[in-house]
Order: sequence, then structure tokens, then C-alpha cells
Amino acid sequence: MSPAAVAPMVELAEVHKAFGHHHVLRGINITVPRGSVCVVLGPSGSGKSTALRCINQLEEVSGGRVLVDGELMGYRETVHRGAPALQRLSPQEIAQQRSRIGMVFQRFNLFPHMTALGNVVEAQVHVAGRGRRQARERAEEQLAKVGLADHVGHYPSQLSGGQQQRVAIARALAMDPELMLFDEPTSALDPELVGEVLAVMRDLAESGMTMIVVTHEIGFAREVADQVVFMADGVVVEQGPPDHVLVTPREQRTQDFLARVL
Amino acid sequence: MTEPAAVGVAEGGAHPAHDPVPNRIHAIPVRYPWRWVSAAAIAVLAAMALHGLVTNDQFQWPLVGRYLFHPNVIRGVGWTLWLTAGSMLIAVVLAVLLAVARGSENPVMRWVSWFYIWVFRGTPVYTQLVFWGLISVLYPRLSLGVPFGPDFIEFSTKDLIPASRGALLGLALNEAAYLAEIVRAGLQSVDPGQSEAAKALGMKNGSILRRIVLPQAMRVIVPPTGNETISMLKTTSLVLAVPFTLELQFATNAIGNRTFSPVPLLVVAAIWYLTITSVLMIGQYYLERHYGRGFDGHAAATTRSSHRGGRGRQSAINAAGTTHDPSPLDEVGGPPKAGTL
Ligand SMILES: Nc1ncnc2c1ncn2[C@@H]1O[C@H](COP(=O)(O)OP(=O)(O)O)[C@@H](O)[C@H]1O
Ligand SMILES: [Mg+2]
Repeated sequence: MSPAAVAPMVELAEVHKAFGHHHVLRGINITVPRGSVCVVLGPSGSGKSTALRCINQLEEVSGGRVLVDGELMGYRETVHRGAPALQRLSPQEIAQQRSRIGMVFQRFNLFPHMTALGNVVEAQVHVAGRGRRQARERAEEQLAKVGLADHVGHYPSQLSGGQQQRVAIARALAMDPELMLFDEPTSALDPELVGEVLAVMRDLAESGMTMIVVTHEIGFAREVADQVVFMADGVVVEQGPPDHVLVTPREQRTQDFLARVL
Repeated sequence: MTEPAAVGVAEGGAHPAHDPVPNRIHAIPVRYPWRWVSAAAIAVLAAMALHGLVTNDQFQWPLVGRYLFHPNVIRGVGWTLWLTAGSMLIAVVLAVLLAVARGSENPVMRWVSWFYIWVFRGTPVYTQLVFWGLISVLYPRLSLGVPFGPDFIEFSTKDLIPASRGALLGLALNEAAYLAEIVRAGLQSVDPGQSEAAKALGMKNGSILRRIVLPQAMRVIVPPTGNETISMLKTTSLVLAVPFTLELQFATNAIGNRTFSPVPLLVVAAIWYLTITSVLMIGQYYLERHYGRGFDGHAAATTRSSHRGGRGRQSAINAAGTTHDPSPLDEVGGPPKAGTL
């Protein structure tokens, strides 16, 4: 077996992140095996979004290592004056690394000047280098999969929040990612629209996609997650299978948090 | 018979079966008597002004008619259009580069952009035009080569920059400094989440700017740029400072002086400027509609968009004039920020 085949899909090793003097991540260790779903819980401001953004290099980590599929993210290992050192990758190389990771945002972030179809076609043409025709077919197929076959020509402003978030998921999936990151994908939705987005994510998990999901939907975590990570104040307080972290948490902080959200 | 039933019958008679709203209200509209009074007053004033224009012999209307399509005037219109369109085109391209440089992570770029805007916005356009006229005196020969070293190619400045090109350059370089600030406001008005989403998809900075950020910024950029274009149309009359003397204002002025009839030729110039402005305004309307697509739920699907144009402009003014939120461009702005705000 090649080393890449046995490597976990994501490995965060002693990851630190500081914004100036604001030390936001204080040594995070998370391992996500290939094909598994990891749900990240924690109070607001605990660093969940920052941790996700460090994985696809929307934030540059201040310390530690981020490995995706065994590949070091954002840096190249090199030797400087006889000592091992890290050199920052060029923006093009980082863009290349990112294109293998899909991300879904709390506020959808669809491109408002493009139709649903245009949103899903865009990166296929300008990043993956597919032809327009092929990208279009792929986009239509992907939008049909999230139940939006009838809405391909709609602009985001003509869609409900739940529909917009499903377009955003289709947009990411059309790039054939090996990993999907979700940052509170249902937090901006009206309660009656949450279900349709979670259903799409559940299907995706069943199809074997590796997913890291920041969410407050405890029901989803219990049902879909292989692993639950509870974060507070920039550290991982507790992690393990959902039955353990969600039902019989050991740490006082986890118990307090769950008492508040349930 | 009860009252509601009576109303129901009356409505049923007026709108047989089609109206799904039961007991629809047919309200008597509010009356605005003062609108009628003011409209009448303005109509009287307008009639008086028109009477004053038509019956005043000083305007010499037959002369206006004779010179409106005089070859020199038509050529002047041509040059004025060329200077306006050409300089705005160069200025827009330069302004985008300047605005991007201002938001760049490269401090050298930021300072170059800041310095350019400082110089070209900080001196009168008239002064700059005189300078472009004098450039062949200041630098008779221009050459490409190594500073303090050998030259590879040499040009005569007079051949490279004749008065027409000096005028075009002078107007364009000055305008770029103003447009750069408009473009910057436009870029800042776009939600940073947009470029994040594009980055997360693996898009490179160049395509993010061209495909995602600029098209959205255009909603904010187009209305004030339309303003600048109309302003430029009239600024072209300053190129006599170069001196360049073929554009509309100078051409009509020259005929007026020669024939001792300045007033009718002023009217000729005014008619042409107004006509061109009107055409520009129509063009602006369609540009605004194009870049507004997708930003208003129902209007994107319909052609009835008069109110959308208005809303787009209002939001553009809001965004251009009051945007103080932190944005990626602002954060890396560094010290030059204070100088240009
Ligand atoms: N770009 C940034 N600059 C400075 N501070 C930031 C930035 N992004 C996040 N933070 C800070 O990092 C902390 C964690 O934020 P975040 O990762 O968004 O938390 P969560 O997603 O768990 O709510 C917060 O205190 C936030 O203010
Ligand atoms: Mg967050």
C-alpha cells in the first residue's frame, strides 16, 4: 500500500493560530479518517471556524501542521542554512491545494450575479479547466442531485435560503472534492428549511464523502457523525464517538454546553 | 338586506368572477391640489422662457440653424467624442490597475498607486494639459534603455506625442486618479465572503477579480463613472491649454469670433453637448441594468426595471459615499489610506 492510501484524510497536529496577540487556536489535534464524518461542536468564539479555515488555508496557521491526504497544506518542507524549514507555497500552489477541498459557508456566499447554473459552472471552467458544455452537463446533474433541477436558471436572490445552500453544496461537489468542510451550514436558515439541507448532507455522508461539519444540530451529529469533537477556548476539550461525547460526556464544560443547546 | 351583502353584490357586478379578492377596496385616491397649482405655475414660467428665447433677436436662430451642421462644427463634435471616449477608456483601465495596486499586499505597489493619485488629483487638469503641451520642449527626445546607460530606441517627442495625443493623455491620466477612488469604493463594497468562496473553490486572484469581484463592483462603479464621463465631455474644452484646437468648444468659438456672432454659436455648442449627454445617459441606463442583474429578485426576470435603476443608483451612492466597514482592501491599505480618504 502506498503511504497516501493509509494516511488519514485530514490530520491537524498541534495547530496554533494567533491573530496578532489574540491566540485563537492553542494546539489542536484532530484526525479524520477517509470516508468518515467529523462533527465539531462548541460555543461561539471557540475557534471552530478558524480551525476549518486553517484546513483549506483561508487562514495561514501560526504553528503546527495541517495534512490533507498526507500532503502538507500551505508549505513546502525545505532546508534553510542547514536546518529543516518551511517555505510558504505560492498563491497558485495554494489555490491548487484548495481545489480538492469543498467548503460550504454559513451565509451561502453564492455569486449573486450568476444563476444557480452559472455558480456551479464557474470553477469547473476556470479552475478544473473543463469545457463549457461538459461543465454545464455536470452542473445540471449536480443540481438535480440536490433537488434543484427546476431552478438552474434562477439567480440566488430568487431562491430560498435552503435552496441557496443546496446550490452552494452542488457548487462545491461539482469540483469532485475529496473532502468537504461545512461551517454552520444551517445556522442562517429558517427552521423549516434546515431539514432539506441536512438531508442532502446525510446523503453525501452515506455516499462515503469525508466531511467535517461545524454545527449545532445535535440530532444530525448523533445520527451521522463517526466522531464528535467538542472545542472551547481554542482547545479540543473532548473527542470521540457520538455516543460517548454527546450522551456520556466526561468533561464538565461539555456537559454544560450540551445542557444549554439541547 | 345587510350592508356587507350589498357591497358584495356591487363588487360582483363590477368584476364578474375574475377577482379572487372578496370585497376588494376601491378607495378614492388622496387629492393633491398643490401639485396642480405648482404644475400650472411652472407651465407659465416655461412658456415665458420659451417666448424669451424665440422672440429675442439676439439669439439669431437662423444662424444657429446654418452653423449647427457646419463642417468645422461636425469635426469638432467628432474630436470631442474621440477625446471623451478615448480618455475615459484609458482612464478606466488605468483606474482598475491603480485600485488593485492600492489594495495589494505589495507595499511598493500601494505606494506607487498612492503617489500617482496624490500627484494627478492634487494638481489642476489645466496645469497638467499645459505640461503635456510642453513635454516636447522639456524632453525633445524620448528613449528606451538602461538608466544612465545605453539607449536602445529613440523617438522624437514631437512625433510620438502630437497635440491630439497630448490632450488625450492629459485628460486620461488625470481622470484615472479620480476613477481609481471610485473603483476602490466599488471593490470594497463587495462582500469579502465572495472572494473567500471563490478562493475556497481554488480560483486564482486574477480570475477572482475578473469573474467575481469586478462584475459585482460595477454596480457601484457605473453610476459615478457615468457622471465622470459627462463631466469629461465638457472638460475636453480645456485641451486648448495643450494647445489642441479642433474640439467642439474651440471650433464654435472660432466661428463665433470670425462672424461677430458669438451667441448663436454658443447655442450651437450647447445643443451638441446636450445631445451627446442624452445619448450617454441612455447608455448608462443600459449598463446599470446589465450589472444590476441578479441583485433584485423579480426584476431580473422582467423588463420592467425603472425602479431598479433608481434603487441601484441609490445603493451605489450609499456604498460609494459611506463605506467605512473594514475590508481586506482596507486592512492592507497601510499608511497611504489617510492621504486619499
Ligand atoms: N480575521 C480575524 N482577525 C482577528 N480575530 C479573528 C479573526 N477571525 C476570527 N477571530 C477571532 O477568533 C476567535 C474565534 O473565532 P471563530 O473561529 O470564528 O469562532 P467560532 O467559529 O467557534 O464561533 C474569535 O474571538 C474571533 O473574534
Ligand atoms: Mg463560526
